[in-house]
Amino acid sequence: MAGNVKRKANGDSHRKSRRGTEESPAIKWALIGVAMAFCTVFLLLPLVNVFAQALSFGVKTYFQALIQPYSLAAIRLTLLVAGITVPLNVVFGVCAAWAMAKFNFRGKSLLITLIDLPFSVSPVVAGLMFVVLFGLQGFFGKFLLEHNIRIVFAVPGIVLATMFVTFPFVARELIPVMQATGTEQEQAALTLGASGWKTFWHVSLPSVKWGLIYGIILCNARAMGEYGAVSVLSGHIIGRTETMPLWVESLYQGQTDASTAAAFSVASLLALLALITLALKTFLEWKQAREYERAQQSQAPPMVGETGFLMRQDVR
Amino acid sequence: MSIVLKNVTKQFGGVAAVNNVSFSVNEGELMALLGPSGGGKTTVLRMIAGLEMPTTGDVFIRGQRVNDLSVQERNIGFVFQNYALFKNMNVFKNIAFGLKIKKWKRADIKARAAELLKLFQLDGLEKRYPHQLSGGQRQRVAIARALASKPSVLLLDEPFGAVDAKIRQELREELVKLHHELNVTTIFVTHDQEEALEISNRVVIFSRGRLEQVGAPREVYEQPANEFVATFIGVMNVLNTEVKDGVAYLGELQFPAHDQPNGTKLRIGFRPYAVQVSTDLTLYPYRAVLRHTFFLGVMLRLEFELPSGLTLRSRMTKEEYAQLGLEDGREVSLQIRNYRVLARDDSGLPPEKEFKYQPPPTIAEHI
Repeated sequence: MAGNVKRKANGDSHRKSRRGTEESPAIKWALIGVAMAFCTVFLLLPLVNVFAQALSFGVKTYFQALIQPYSLAAIRLTLLVAGITVPLNVVFGVCAAWAMAKFNFRGKSLLITLIDLPFSVSPVVAGLMFVVLFGLQGFFGKFLLEHNIRIVFAVPGIVLATMFVTFPFVARELIPVMQATGTEQEQAALTLGASGWKTFWHVSLPSVKWGLIYGIILCNARAMGEYGAVSVLSGHIIGRTETMPLWVESLYQGQTDASTAAAFSVASLLALLALITLALKTFLEWKQAREYERAQQSQAPPMVGETGFLMRQDVR
Repeated sequence: MSIVLKNVTKQFGGVAAVNNVSFSVNEGELMALLGPSGGGKTTVLRMIAGLEMPTTGDVFIRGQRVNDLSVQERNIGFVFQNYALFKNMNVFKNIAFGLKIKKWKRADIKARAAELLKLFQLDGLEKRYPHQLSGGQRQRVAIARALASKPSVLLLDEPFGAVDAKIRQELREELVKLHHELNVTTIFVTHDQEEALEISNRVVIFSRGRLEQVGAPREVYEQPANEFVATFIGVMNVLNTEVKDGVAYLGELQFPAHDQPNGTKLRIGFRPYAVQVSTDLTLYPYRAVLRHTFFLGVMLRLEFELPSGLTLRSRMTKEEYAQLGLEDGREVSLQIRNYRVLARDDSGLPPEKEFKYQPPPTIAEHI
């Protein structure tokens, strides 16, 4: 009898130790399990598979697939496109974020919506928009033909498509960071005699440094990995207008085992890029969170007994 | 004159944040801009700095009209409310920033920074970043940075803003000491009247964008220019009386008003210390009951209720209180020694006089 009572009391106290808002352990572990299983099946396994397939014909074949001329051309083109689009998007992103964070003006929310447009438009549609604009039958088609400028099915078209798709990344990352930083540091720089440019270079830019790098990395990953929009504008001229993702697709269409393995070799480079991006992203998120914490700290009111005059007197 | 403002108005979207303000600050003075929040004092400070441009009116620094000069050209030191230290730079770089911008020689920058680090008790901290400093150290870095290139004026926006009482006292004393040592013209913004009165040479009082009074702390306390100043600076008993046959009445209280016609409404104010108290019920003209005693440390605040229901506030030391043998509920007699007329006819504040202090009209001093 006594034992019974005791056990019951124990049970009660156990139940109490769990907060009212918490689920039972069974539900908790079931949810965690589902999430883990999902990640494994849909993310981890395919990734491992890419590397497994790439190496299925041995290391030598793997590297041969990478250094064959068309692969090198694709890699070169991808680097070129990223090399053009990322800096341009950085300039644009900084300007846009600056405008959003530091000024109030009419049409601000419209501009923010516009910046997000590439997120909501299917990349294929984005590619088609440019074909409609710059293609032979397109709006500027005649003008371009007369002046012998090639955009569609050429490198400029690929750059344009990539620009469009990667457009929001830098701006989107910077706007909240710049808003959080506020304008006081910049005003302080002005009162100390710094020009607008020097203020920007020495104060504004360093204080959003991590956010900017974060944006650049995401932008770069997308610029190198974009398929849809680029596919529409590229024309798939092997060795000339095929970026890495397009070249992977072409190789895969080859249907021989060797070309499939080659496709996976090139794909593994893109997967590697994704992994590096992920690692950098995690690092930068951590860095930014710490930075933010510090910024909060350095604004907090001073604590009792930490300062000044009285201590100074004691010293003398 | 170090700084002169002449008829300065600043409008934000049609609303005058600062309305036709004129005052001057002497070289080497420690001046407080005081007022409730939204009074326009920070806007005035920012206009002196050049962070805001006046809509109309002129700002002069050392005789030079600076309206068309940018912040960079005005040679001012500005300390922001949250200090606004460059968080990506260490203490040394923060202090040296302005000097580098002004193209000082490396050796000179080093010497000046060392001098400031020593003056502000920051030696050894030059490699620290703002987040590694205490609040007081941060403020010292901010002031050192502002003073580095020897500005003609030091401007501080709510320097003791969100700081607890004890540290605020220390920072105040530190500012006074600094001002003594460097003798640089200093203007600071505060909403705390006690703070302004305690440390400044002179106070400029603002409310709703208008300048209410300029004067030494004692002057604005003892001779407030209008009702706003009277009630904003320190505690004041305010009574709405009506004149009848040369006497202003409210309940049983009477104030002589010889030259005032019948029916004139007078607003009369007096400080708590002007209320004299005696336990001898026949000594003073008014009877009252002590309702509440509040302990404020050395001083006590007393609330007396008159038979008509009026409540008057008074102040005395613990010793006086003990000597009189007072306690809540005790009946006493009162008199009011000094009072002044704050307003007439309920028409609001008396007409404004800028620049020069004008004592408000008084009828008579009672005793």
